[in-house]
Amino acid sequence: MKTLLELTQVGIEFKTPKGSFKALENVNLKVADGEFVSLIGHSGCGKSTVLNIVAGLLQATTGGVLLSGREVTEPGPERAVVFQNHSLLPWLSAYENVEIAVKEVFRGKKSRAEMKEWIEHNLELVHMSHALHRLPHEISGGMKQRVGIARALAMEPQVLLMDEPFGALDALTRAHLQDSLMEIQKTLKNTVIMITHDVDEAVLLSDRIVMMTNGPAATIGEILEIDLPRPRNRLELADDAHYNHWRHEVLAFLYEKQRKVEDFAQHAKKKNDTKTEKTPRMKVVS
Amino acid sequence: MAVSIPSIKIAGLPATSVGALAEKILRVVGLPLAGIAMFLLIWHVGANNIETSLGKFPGPAQVLTQTQGLIVEFQEEKQREADFYARQEQRNAAMLEKDPDYKPLIRPYPGKPMFFHQIFTSLKTVFSGFFLAALVAIPLGIAIGLSGALYNAVNPIIQLFKPVSPLAWLPLVTIVVSSIYVNVHPEIPKSYVTSAFTVMLCCLWPTVLNTAVGVASVSSDLNNVSKVLRLNWIRHVRIIVLPAAVPMIFTGLRLSLSTAWMVLIAAEMLSQNPGLGKFVWDEFQNGSSDSLGRIMVAVLTIGLIGYLLDRGMLMLQRKVSWDKQAITR
Ligand SMILES: Nc1ncnc2c1ncn2[C@@H]1O[C@H](COP(=O)(O)OP(=O)(O)O)[C@@H](O)[C@H]1O
Ligand SMILES: [Mg+2]
Repeated sequence: MKTLLELTQVGIEFKTPKGSFKALENVNLKVADGEFVSLIGHSGCGKSTVLNIVAGLLQATTGGVLLSGREVTEPGPERAVVFQNHSLLPWLSAYENVEIAVKEVFRGKKSRAEMKEWIEHNLELVHMSHALHRLPHEISGGMKQRVGIARALAMEPQVLLMDEPFGALDALTRAHLQDSLMEIQKTLKNTVIMITHDVDEAVLLSDRIVMMTNGPAATIGEILEIDLPRPRNRLELADDAHYNHWRHEVLAFLYEKQRKVEDFAQHAKKKNDTKTEKTPRMKVVS
Repeated sequence: MAVSIPSIKIAGLPATSVGALAEKILRVVGLPLAGIAMFLLIWHVGANNIETSLGKFPGPAQVLTQTQGLIVEFQEEKQREADFYARQEQRNAAMLEKDPDYKPLIRPYPGKPMFFHQIFTSLKTVFSGFFLAALVAIPLGIAIGLSGALYNAVNPIIQLFKPVSPLAWLPLVTIVVSSIYVNVHPEIPKSYVTSAFTVMLCCLWPTVLNTAVGVASVSSDLNNVSKVLRLNWIRHVRIIVLPAAVPMIFTGLRLSLSTAWMVLIAAEMLSQNPGLGKFVWDEFQNGSSDSLGRIMVAVLTIGLIGYLLDRGMLMLQRKVSWDKQAITR
């Protein structure tokens, strides 16, 4: 398949008060057109940093990103981002939140009526037609995330970037959204890079799982080709030997090869802290 | 950041709707009434024990009398004004009968402004100053909220001028207004311009600072949305920054309006703008036995209007603000 997105020798150093911090090094990845890739790795390893470099929100210090052969230097709607905490404009309704994106991207290309139809179409894709005119604080977390996805889809991006899109949701809501996403993928065949820390989610949704090593100077450890046939059904897969094999591979990478040693140290330290301080300190509400 | 204040629970009341209603009535009506009664009692007793050169300090009863007096005075004055114009009309009509070429002449009523006119003047002045301030403060706040460099450049100046009392500005403003505003329009007297500008100088800062904070604290997620959409500078401000900052802008405006009202009274006293401040000053100079009572009426009026202005702003804020949590009492 044709390569759409290419990361070559990507590395980044952050300037911090304590000196410079090399978060990523030698990240190389090719993503084919229409492919669904998930990024998995321990928290703090640099997944968001990779995604933000692709989005253009961060600039790599070494290497670079090519999209359809053109270098990425700044953010743009052809690389739409779905952020972890929805990032809807709280003063705008679901419809209006999608509308601002559509107005920007299709100004002069679509008529007013076509825009309206396009906005409604995208909200329908994520099953939000019943709540077009609700404000973000009037809808549930899952619904907000749906609107966030509709907003990104409405930009007709070449690549859809998702940073732990379902991370803040409960398991049931997450499952619903994963199903919706698979359904949308079936028709739109978008190229997607999704960050997740959920092993099942990664195996269920992905064509490939990119597993990252721990930072600092994190890079890509292994890549798994998930050759499970589509459409995938979570119930049938639960007992599928093949599915469980891939699940096991990811778990083995995360908890054997890239075990977070410091995590255990920190955990032990926290335990000691709670021993000396039995009653939790009052939370200051401000 | 709003702190939710728990409602007072009265122990022992059954959780029935009748009990809850009774509790609510007690809390909303009963307690404030009790508070006011207590205050009136303390005021009455206290006033009786304060002897001044103009007699006893006015208690609630005297203030009530003086209020009625002011209303009667106002009505009489209105009557006199009406009579004055009626007499002119009559005379003009008579002159016209004698001489058809006579040009009718209406002279304005020369009476002195009454208490209720003064309230109106004060309101006009305070809103002029407040609107001028908002006109300057909101754009300035947005600019320094957007630019860290500009904030660092301007902040020391803001901090320097913020605590300056209106009494310090007034002489400067008076002199500047006298030298710049030469062709005095009869409807816009110098004293009014001076008061309004002094009010503006003093009530700029809460709006500037709150707007800046509101703009600077737009979440980085929303800024990223703006970047992904490649919004240009103007659209970024209009679509993201301004609406995001609206709750803070209104918090600032509300603080500014109450500052403006406080400052106004002082400014009017000294600039002789015919408002409530001048009323207080004139009564003070007057020194009659009624003066203290009338000043007390003015004090209560000032308080009441200040309260109503604040409530009005609060209602406006509730209406326009998307972040209902940001609104405190
Ligand atoms: N702007 C920044 N400045 C300094 N350090 C950063 C910055 N952004 C991320 N980092 C560091 O880079 C590492 C990777 O962060 P991130 O990509 O957010 O991790 P992940 O998304 O995998 O949890 C972390 O150690 C984080 O502290
Ligand atoms: Mg992250």
